Amino acid sequence: MVKTLGWLTAAALAAGLVMAFGVAPREVTQGNVQRIMYVHVPLILASYVAFVVLAVASLVYLVRRDPAADGVAHASGEVGVMFVGLGIATGSIWGKPTWGTWWTWDARLTSVAILFVMYLGYLLLRGTIDDPERAARYCAVLGIVAALDIPLVHFSVYWWRTLHQPPSLMKPGGFTGSSSILWPLLVNLLAFILLYVYFVARRARLLRAQAEAIA
Amino acid sequence: MSYARRALAVAWKDLAVERRSKETLNALVFFSLLLLFVFQFTLGGDRERLAAVLPGVLWLGFVLSALLALGRTFLVEREHDCWEGLLLAPGDKSAIYLGKLAGNLALMLVVEALVLGLFVVFFDIDLGRALPGLLVVVLLGTLGLAAVGTLFAAMTANVRARELLFPVLLLPVQIPVLLATVKATEALLLGEPLGAVGHWVKLLLAADVVYVVVSLLTFDVVLEA
Amino acid sequence: MSVEPVVRIIGVRKVFGLVAVLDSVSLDIRAGEAVALLGANGAGKTTLLKILATLLRPTRGAATIAGHDVARAPEAVRPLLGVVAHGAWVYDDLTARENLRFWATVGGLDAYADDLTVALAGVGLERVADARVRTFSAGMKRRLSLARVMLARPRVLLLDEPFAGLDQRARKWLEGRLEAMKAAGAALLMVTHSFGRELGIADRLAVLAGGRIALDTARGTLGPDDVQRLYAAHAEESA
Repeated sequence: MVKTLGWLTAAALAAGLVMAFGVAPREVTQGNVQRIMYVHVPLILASYVAFVVLAVASLVYLVRRDPAADGVAHASGEVGVMFVGLGIATGSIWGKPTWGTWWTWDARLTSVAILFVMYLGYLLLRGTIDDPERAARYCAVLGIVAALDIPLVHFSVYWWRTLHQPPSLMKPGGFTGSSSILWPLLVNLLAFILLYVYFVARRARLLRAQAEAIA
Repeated sequence: MSYARRALAVAWKDLAVERRSKETLNALVFFSLLLLFVFQFTLGGDRERLAAVLPGVLWLGFVLSALLALGRTFLVEREHDCWEGLLLAPGDKSAIYLGKLAGNLALMLVVEALVLGLFVVFFDIDLGRALPGLLVVVLLGTLGLAAVGTLFAAMTANVRARELLFPVLLLPVQIPVLLATVKATEALLLGEPLGAVGHWVKLLLAADVVYVVVSLLTFDVVLEA
Repeated sequence: MSVEPVVRIIGVRKVFGLVAVLDSVSLDIRAGEAVALLGANGAGKTTLLKILATLLRPTRGAATIAGHDVARAPEAVRPLLGVVAHGAWVYDDLTARENLRFWATVGGLDAYADDLTVALAGVGLERVADARVRTFSAGMKRRLSLARVMLARPRVLLLDEPFAGLDQRARKWLEGRLEAMKAAGAALLMVTHSFGRELGIADRLAVLAGGRIALDTARGTLGPDDVQRLYAAHAEESA
């Protein structure tokens, strides 16, 4: 089951690469650099998926006290932080040639950076509690608080400052880019979400084996 | 009825202990004085520059003293294992949270009033008409800070590297509150009415509601054996 | 007196990290019965007490108090318990009376002033009732914790080294109080690593060693020397 998922993910990632380099057109002003978007945007969006799953799994854990739910939350936290981190890195690489700077404190960059440190804290909390049951409870609470904080962070940072080009996929009035960009983007998004699910499945299984070995 | 009595007992206990030992309060007063020096040294005598950064600096002072005050709030429970007693108290644990929150809020407001007073005197600020609006913003901001701070302080009370972990967890989550309060304070000090910062006040209200409700609902889980 | 034991411990295992502190512990205590649980340092006595007190969850196995599972229904168990643990549960900057009133209120009891005075007099603290606990000796703090427990009239008393740090008079007094609670139908579990006064009140002796109950016997007519010999034999054999 997990193995099939792995092959499926690999196939989707390969298709995404082909689409990004073969099908998607060369951007007129930015040139080939713009193709990093097909990694950058899916990474960030997949990390949001991870954080939402983390919050739901946390809630499920608090209600049912099922260690499997905690495993999903734990794994989602790790994969989500990794994806956001990579998303920020790819964004920087994209930003240097286009904006002329590695980093700028615009609204979306700042919100994503805040998310990154928030969930890094989540992983830190996990690492400092020895009792797995207590770690699961506390992290579930933090996971729920953090998820509810995401909209607050977005609004506050957006009001604080905005410079960024408006979101390219979901914005009022629908998508305005051509379908030659949309399809490669969607295929890559699917590939990265599959990658996230695959990582979580593997990691959760490992965590369960670890817990069983101790008990 | 018993719920309110239990919450009150916790708040009364915390404030009585603080009133008698003055441990946290004394340290915080001293700390705010030191902050004043630090700000003066780093900002220099330039009035214009001072006016520009004042809202941020003021909230920096509030947040730093809040980190110190809130981080200690469960220390008193650890001294003679009182933590165990609270854990074993039958009934809804959120009463204990409410009591702790009320105690913390009172303590922080005292410290903030003091810091504000020091700023007015030493940096020669004219609060004037801004004061009522400022009170609203400070009250709402402090409630948000204390709500999450009390919850996280309970979570980190029995954790290794508590002093380190508490600010690391609290600060990112509190960024909406910080942005809202700093921006609103800035506008108010420039003489704008409270209505002009209505969106920030609404954000603070929303944040406070979310934080307090989530904390009330999850505190049982935190104070579980 | 009911035949069904008030406290039931069935095959409890507790693992910290990679170390199994309790392996498979089973023990019953009936109403009106007192059990002294002996064991060396680190044998897991306090761990077992904390599991019964709903402060720790067993890794495996179960414990019930008056039929309620301590891990699954702690809220049903807690009102029945009186716990005197390692720490005294006192606030140094409150007075003895304030401490007592605080715990009674938080515990959901009506803290009538008369009751508080009686409880404080019961533990011989009436003359320092309004002094801050910071000035108290360890023994006085322990007496204050006992007053807190007596005020709640629990069905099950869990005591960690109840006689430690008490002087001769206080020991005699506590012995009397515990006998009275026993007679009123309370179940007592006293954890200790010494062979002190606990043994006088205990109806049964249990020795915890190697993560198991190595010995569980009626005290009967055993004298202190017999106990010491039995303890040495069983504690060392399993260790």
